[in-house]
Amino acid sequence: MGHSLKRKEDVRFIQGKGHYVDDIQLPGMLHMDIVRSPYAYAKIKNINTEAALKIPGVIAVVTGRDLEKYNLHWMPTLMSDTQMVLPTDTVMYQAQEVAAVIATDRYAARDGKEAVMVEYEPMKPVIDPYKSLDPDAPVLRTDKEGKKDNHIWHWEVGDREATEKLFNEAEVVVKEQMHIPRIHVASIETCGCVADYDKVNNHLTMYMTTQAPHAIRTVIALVAGHVGLTEEKVRVISPDIGGGFGGKVPVYPGYVIAIAVSFLVGKPVKWVEDRSENLQADSFARDYHITAEMAGTKDGKILGTRFKILADHGYTDAAANPSKFPTGMFSIGTGSYDYQTTFMEADAVYTNKPPGGVAYRCSFRVTEAVHAIERITDRFAFEIGKDPAELRMENFIKKEDFPWKSPTGWEYDSGDYHAGLKKAMDAVGYEALRKEQAEKRKRGELMGIGISTFTEIVGAGPSKDFDILGIKMFDSAEIRVHPTGKAIARFGTKSQGQGHETTYAQIIAEELGIPAEHIQVEEGDTDTAPYGLGTYASRSTPTAGAAAAVAARKLRDKARKIAAYLLEVSEDDLEWEPGKFFVKGAPEKAKTIQEIVFAAYTNHPQGMEAGFEATHYYDPPNLTFPSGAYICVVDIDKDTGEIKVRRFVAIDDCGNIINPMIVQGQVHGGLTQGIAPAMYEELIYDEDGNILNGTFMDYLVPTAVESPSWETGHTVTPSPHHPIGAKGVGESPTVGAPPAIANAIVDALSPYGITHLDIPITPYKVWKALRDKGVN
Amino acid sequence: MKKQITISVNGEKHSLEVEPRELLVHIIRERLRLTGTHIGCDTTSCGACTILLNGKSVKSCTVLAIQADGKEVSTVEGMATAEGLHPLQEGFKENHGLHCGFCTPGMLMRAKELLEHNPNPTEEEIRWGISGNLCRCTGYNNIVKAIQYASAKMQGRETPSTEPEFV
Repeated sequence: MGHSLKRKEDVRFIQGKGHYVDDIQLPGMLHMDIVRSPYAYAKIKNINTEAALKIPGVIAVVTGRDLEKYNLHWMPTLMSDTQMVLPTDTVMYQAQEVAAVIATDRYAARDGKEAVMVEYEPMKPVIDPYKSLDPDAPVLRTDKEGKKDNHIWHWEVGDREATEKLFNEAEVVVKEQMHIPRIHVASIETCGCVADYDKVNNHLTMYMTTQAPHAIRTVIALVAGHVGLTEEKVRVISPDIGGGFGGKVPVYPGYVIAIAVSFLVGKPVKWVEDRSENLQADSFARDYHITAEMAGTKDGKILGTRFKILADHGYTDAAANPSKFPTGMFSIGTGSYDYQTTFMEADAVYTNKPPGGVAYRCSFRVTEAVHAIERITDRFAFEIGKDPAELRMENFIKKEDFPWKSPTGWEYDSGDYHAGLKKAMDAVGYEALRKEQAEKRKRGELMGIGISTFTEIVGAGPSKDFDILGIKMFDSAEIRVHPTGKAIARFGTKSQGQGHETTYAQIIAEELGIPAEHIQVEEGDTDTAPYGLGTYASRSTPTAGAAAAVAARKLRDKARKIAAYLLEVSEDDLEWEPGKFFVKGAPEKAKTIQEIVFAAYTNHPQGMEAGFEATHYYDPPNLTFPSGAYICVVDIDKDTGEIKVRRFVAIDDCGNIINPMIVQGQVHGGLTQGIAPAMYEELIYDEDGNILNGTFMDYLVPTAVESPSWETGHTVTPSPHHPIGAKGVGESPTVGAPPAIANAIVDALSPYGITHLDIPITPYKVWKALRDKGVN
Repeated sequence: MKKQITISVNGEKHSLEVEPRELLVHIIRERLRLTGTHIGCDTTSCGACTILLNGKSVKSCTVLAIQADGKEVSTVEGMATAEGLHPLQEGFKENHGLHCGFCTPGMLMRAKELLEHNPNPTEEEIRWGISGNLCRCTGYNNIVKAIQYASAKMQGRETPSTEPEFV
């Protein structure tokens, strides 16, 4: 623990020996390509496959009508909504799957795709979510019996009346309208699969890019059980995954079509989407329109907040939230501040855009919540003329007040927000920067300093509240130690770059004293790994990491019994130090863990079960609440609007740290996925539902040039309920960075009365805002 | 109408029949089974498919196999030698310059050419030098460090500390 062990998995990746889905090539494997809709909303009049079928190598063209025969044309989403696998009569968004071409090689499949002729009758789509609830808006989900509008669900939490009273009476009320734009995870590996159905044995092996292989196996069994693919006949293998960030949690139509085709023809079928398909059709993230309000006193005491959300889910709610939480963990949005009055409500609507609402390194809507609270807190500070750091310091929940009950029902487990912000301010040189800014303002130069002090909520989650499709959100570890003292450990999670092979080995090494290099970690094969809900939403360390520690402790208890037997003393006479048990007061009388394990196979006490293995399914008692204090410094060119991020200091608190190098790496990556939506990324649709930037030419993933040199550090407030005091970290920086950047830019522009800009804040937006205020 | 081509890949000669439209990346990955070279986009933007063609870094998703006829191709699989890892490979491992590993082979090949042209690049030169290669995981800080490490090692200078500055 606490050691920057170099990663075990790197040896293969740096030598080109990673093994990703697209690397799989099976004998007789067929290739699938997908015909997609050019329209956002249209009736399908006819699909002519004749020309496609004449192309050498093309074997079949599959349409919704074909799947309908097997009742496979619709599937459930993880939010218990429904989604088309292939349409029978209507397309609901541009780039929706319309037909699949199966061929003997990828080129023939692509030729076939170009040759499929589809006749459409375009209809006027619903694109603006605010207009989707208009009385004259067409009802999009006519497949749902009795559906009379485009409303999906309403959610609320807090005290509506008390909040209204507070806002009516408060000295100061501030309000901003914000859009947290639709963005895409854009992991460098796209999604894909090889579905390999063996007719003789009635068995499906599904190699796929999934962050949650066990859950997917269960979903496959639920969807296709009626055609014989029951759960014991399905093996899901998630090999090396080239980045996930939440985008590889859902089941996409391509996977299901590949399974259906393999099932029908009895050959392996590969489907790997290209980048444009990935950006245009796979699950998006965010797309929340938020009205944020804060009430407080003139001298800077925060008294309450109110948030009203309109959530654009596209044509189906295909988010991946725990069932009870349609807005995910948005209710963390009261933030790091000590007040008890809030009211939050959300309405979700259907539009003619791709389905989702999943992920972007934070699948449970914490990013939206943190952006709203951190922006409106700055807005409040600006309104009363108080330094935003000072205002935060005065309103933070105090270290001694943890565990702290939030007005939305969470119990924050631990935190020291004052220490984090102080450390960040010292690191960046806050006071000197404010002086420099004052000097620059006198000269008319634009410099801004932005702060974000966020509280995260990760590690879903306790089974009393958390499930996906009814499956409780525990996670698991199984440790087998071989007679010679070397181990294999398997988990229900699935790394997509997080370094589980290293960190899980470190946890077990810490608990059992077996060196990490002698512990092989495996994930992603449902035939061998214990059941778990997978890796997303920063849950692996809080759940499976905890399971590893508890399973290792079970083994240590067994080791104590064996040691007592071997040393012929009572268990109470033994003391543990990593790697061995020794007799109290006689340290020379000792048995190493390797000797004990060998005895478990060769000389175990009579009556004791032989072998040395343990499994644990960890059901967390609470979530973990990491936090962070981020400070961003920007310089803006008044003439062009160009924004330069000069400094970015991030201080994270994720409790006890297993591997500082890996945690820091997670923070670096998360920060870059924070600057991305803050300044560059947004999926843009025109009023006809055409995506305007659906390729990597136009969708601006930051390069090494746009990414600042991140300055990172940490504080440690251990989680009191986690077995090793750890909290999740992967998504924290993505959550915390956008408001720090937005606050810095708005701070720079504040002398001109600019109080808010929606992300992504581009040079044009800055230039325009300044011109609108009369700056030339 | 297939064409006969001969390419040398990591020093090994291969004669192949290819369609004129076949992309070099597909030949490398699917015929020669060198799957270290990856495909990450369809617009020549991400650089996951970067290889060296006669020593120059190119995105092999935008090179036709027939254009490589008679040329030398180097891929990530050819980087390590009997003596061990290439300093860049070592640099990436020691400095946590990769997470998921998908962009890594392309980054390595691009960095290899960068250091051949500019053995002692500044941080800014490194950042611009790899700006045709996207990484979604690392935030680039540690990729820059990895290349600086390799530069030092290849020039016989003392390699910088690989301890994370995470205090």
